[in-house]
Amino acid sequence: MVRLIARRLVISVAVLWLVTLLVFVATLLLPGDPARAILGQQATPERIAALHAQLGLDAPVWERYLNWLGGVVTGDLGTSTASQGPVAELLGGRIAASLVLLVLAAVISTAAGLALGTWTALRRGRRADHAVSGASLVVAALPEFVIGVALVVLLSTTVFPLLPSVTLAPPGEPVWSRPSQLVLPVLTLVLVVAPYITRMMRATMSEVLDSGYVEMARLKGIPERLVITRHALPHAIGPVAQVIAIQLAWLAGGVVVVEFLFRYPGVGQALIDAVNNRDVEVVQAITLLIAAVYIVVNLLADIVGILTNPKLRSEVSR
Amino acid sequence: MTTQVAVRHALVVADLRVETVTGTPVLRGVSYEIAPGEVLALVGESGSGKTTAGLAALGHFRRGLVPAGGTVTACPRDGDPVPMLELDERQRRSLRGTTVAYIPQDPALSLNPALRVGRQIAEVLEAHGYGASGAERAARVAEVLTEVGLPGDEAYQRRYPHELSGGQQQRVGIAMAFACRPSVVVLDEPTTGLDVTTQTLVLRTVAQLTAEHGVAALYITHDLAVVASIADRVAVMLGGEIVEAGTAEEVLRRPQHTYTRELIDAVPDLDGGGEQARRAPEGSATPALAVRELSVAFGGSPVLRHVGLTVGEGECLLLLGESGSGKTTLSRCVAGLNDRYTGTVALDGRPLAASTRRRTAEELRAVQYVFQSPYSSLNPRRTIAQSVEVPLEMLTDLDRAQRRERVAATLERVRLDPALAGRLPDQLSGGERQRAAIARALVTTPRVLLCDEVTSALDVSVQATIIDLLCELREELGTAMLFVTHNIALARHIADRIAVLQGGEIVESGPVDEVLTDPAHPYTRELLANTPRM
Repeated sequence: MVRLIARRLVISVAVLWLVTLLVFVATLLLPGDPARAILGQQATPERIAALHAQLGLDAPVWERYLNWLGGVVTGDLGTSTASQGPVAELLGGRIAASLVLLVLAAVISTAAGLALGTWTALRRGRRADHAVSGASLVVAALPEFVIGVALVVLLSTTVFPLLPSVTLAPPGEPVWSRPSQLVLPVLTLVLVVAPYITRMMRATMSEVLDSGYVEMARLKGIPERLVITRHALPHAIGPVAQVIAIQLAWLAGGVVVVEFLFRYPGVGQALIDAVNNRDVEVVQAITLLIAAVYIVVNLLADIVGILTNPKLRSEVSR
Repeated sequence: MTTQVAVRHALVVADLRVETVTGTPVLRGVSYEIAPGEVLALVGESGSGKTTAGLAALGHFRRGLVPAGGTVTACPRDGDPVPMLELDERQRRSLRGTTVAYIPQDPALSLNPALRVGRQIAEVLEAHGYGASGAERAARVAEVLTEVGLPGDEAYQRRYPHELSGGQQQRVGIAMAFACRPSVVVLDEPTTGLDVTTQTLVLRTVAQLTAEHGVAALYITHDLAVVASIADRVAVMLGGEIVEAGTAEEVLRRPQHTYTRELIDAVPDLDGGGEQARRAPEGSATPALAVRELSVAFGGSPVLRHVGLTVGEGECLLLLGESGSGKTTLSRCVAGLNDRYTGTVALDGRPLAASTRRRTAEELRAVQYVFQSPYSSLNPRRTIAQSVEVPLEMLTDLDRAQRRERVAATLERVRLDPALAGRLPDQLSGGERQRAAIARALVTTPRVLLCDEVTSALDVSVQATIIDLLCELREELGTAMLFVTHNIALARHIADRIAVLQGGEIVESGPVDEVLTDPAHPYTRELLANTPRM
């Protein structure tokens, strides 16, 4: 098992390295010149050349890549071209704010999806099952900005004006100090992600409930609660973990749109600002961060898959 | 049914009716009773309702089935008889595993793959509060494992089901059922899928446990030969009804109902057959199929070692072997489906290319394959006629009308109703599907027909008709046949010669009569000794 997990780890690191290459090349291809973006249209060629030298933009591409990669590995994400401050400092608060959003959405949607999927699988063919299946299909079909706008209309403007529709974060005060303004962004993300998890859980759980070992557990006289938690759930979790991983990885990217919609001061907002300002260093850092979330989440799903499958667990090598 | 009778018996089922939720009857008034220490065999073919009747003894009905009348009365070891169907789900649960226990058909599917086997047995004890302490329960787990002939030690209990062989898995299933000392066990085809040696071992374990502990056993099976070796009484089911019941001796020796007689006649018997006119192997002529020095290794471990065999024109060679002996690999090599082998496969003396891709159309027409499961070998989206026509399209220059004619003629040859030609496979029964698969193989008039376990997915009576069909076709067409099977009892019914494959090597071969009456290899002797006879 350790070897299997170690292999996955090595693959993850390799993928992450490939991503750094892609990110670097992509920012090279970004139109516009950072020096010109900083100095404005009136700058003289001499000043631009001087700034190029100062920013290291004259060095060959591979040297710039290695310098940047070395910085990333040692935790130095570079200096923001737009604000002239260190990127890490600039993003610190943003990352924390986005993480709060992501973790809340991930925990709630996973728990709700698994519970709802299991519950409907146990009531297959009954009215509750049809209702949940229909509703989840409808919600799953809606893009996140439609859900977000619908929630704003429903809960913060005309119908029930209960919650704030935009996030007001005075400098120096973390967003979570006013929990009510987290509700709508989190709810939007949950509504986007949970239906997939619910549907997948229902399908997998239905299959597991029809399996020989679940019937056998019932015929052994095991209490129904234990039949579900001990015999059925562990087998359903493995395949569903993959879907959860894809959904959570999507969250890392989907957060950009949702943060924009609710004016939430997270990395998504920062990314949009950075792209507008040609702030290459920040764009690189955020893209890499989102990619890293993708990879880590998928790695976790693989590990869950391995842990819930004793055949893989005891396999010496593959 | 008086109370007195109910007290004497461990299980009484009276006039049990079960139907689907849409109202189609599945059981039409089934009655049986079993005394402590007695084994009642419930015999019938797929779809006769025997599993439904067995599960009803535990008050369990599969999805879509509901009880529609009748009673099930189980008698716990110490206590009054309880009417199973009148209890609520909670009360039924407390009787399952303690009073009535179940041993499933396929242990590979019924054991939880993620739980250690010791845990799965201990779980039954915990659920029913058996024993006063954890230590007492642990001792019982070890004891019951020893009772079924497995090591009861800690290391063994910590294994996962996939680390056990099929026979060991089934004995874990039996241990699980006997753990709480039930008064009734329901065994649902517990030896289907096991090889004969393991089957004998499992049957012996069951017989011993039921006799020792005075347990009433309901043994569900379609294999009458097994019935003869284990059952005290037999009940024969047909279409949701018991059509005949009596002691095993009565039912098997003097069957009353025509259906029972048909079933008994269909059972392949080591001593039976005989009517097949066996031809002497023609030594001089070139054999239709010759395999020489064939070896295959998968990932370094040898699967076949220097296998050699010949099949003459119009001859049938029975290739006998248990699961894992390499018999399917061998037939796939002959067919060209597995091209990673060394050695030669020759057709009429000419060596064939290893892969089907490099064989000529003529060679492809000459070697045809019938697969084990007619349920998965026919394309579900093609009609039978379309499926049978495919080889003609690919391998011949016949025009459409000629192909149609050939298809119709071949379907008639395998005695398949012409009305079925336009149907899809799932509208056919298992036997009809296998006939269609045989037609597809015969449509190119092959020189060599490879039959890979073609009857093992079928009911006994269907198996008999397929065997008869293959024999007739061989007579008529003079096809050389390699009949691959694990069932030595079929030998006299179909084959002229036998080759016994064990661990990738042919350990014995010769004419059927010679091998069956005077087996030279200990493995063949063991197989013969373990094959149940009527």
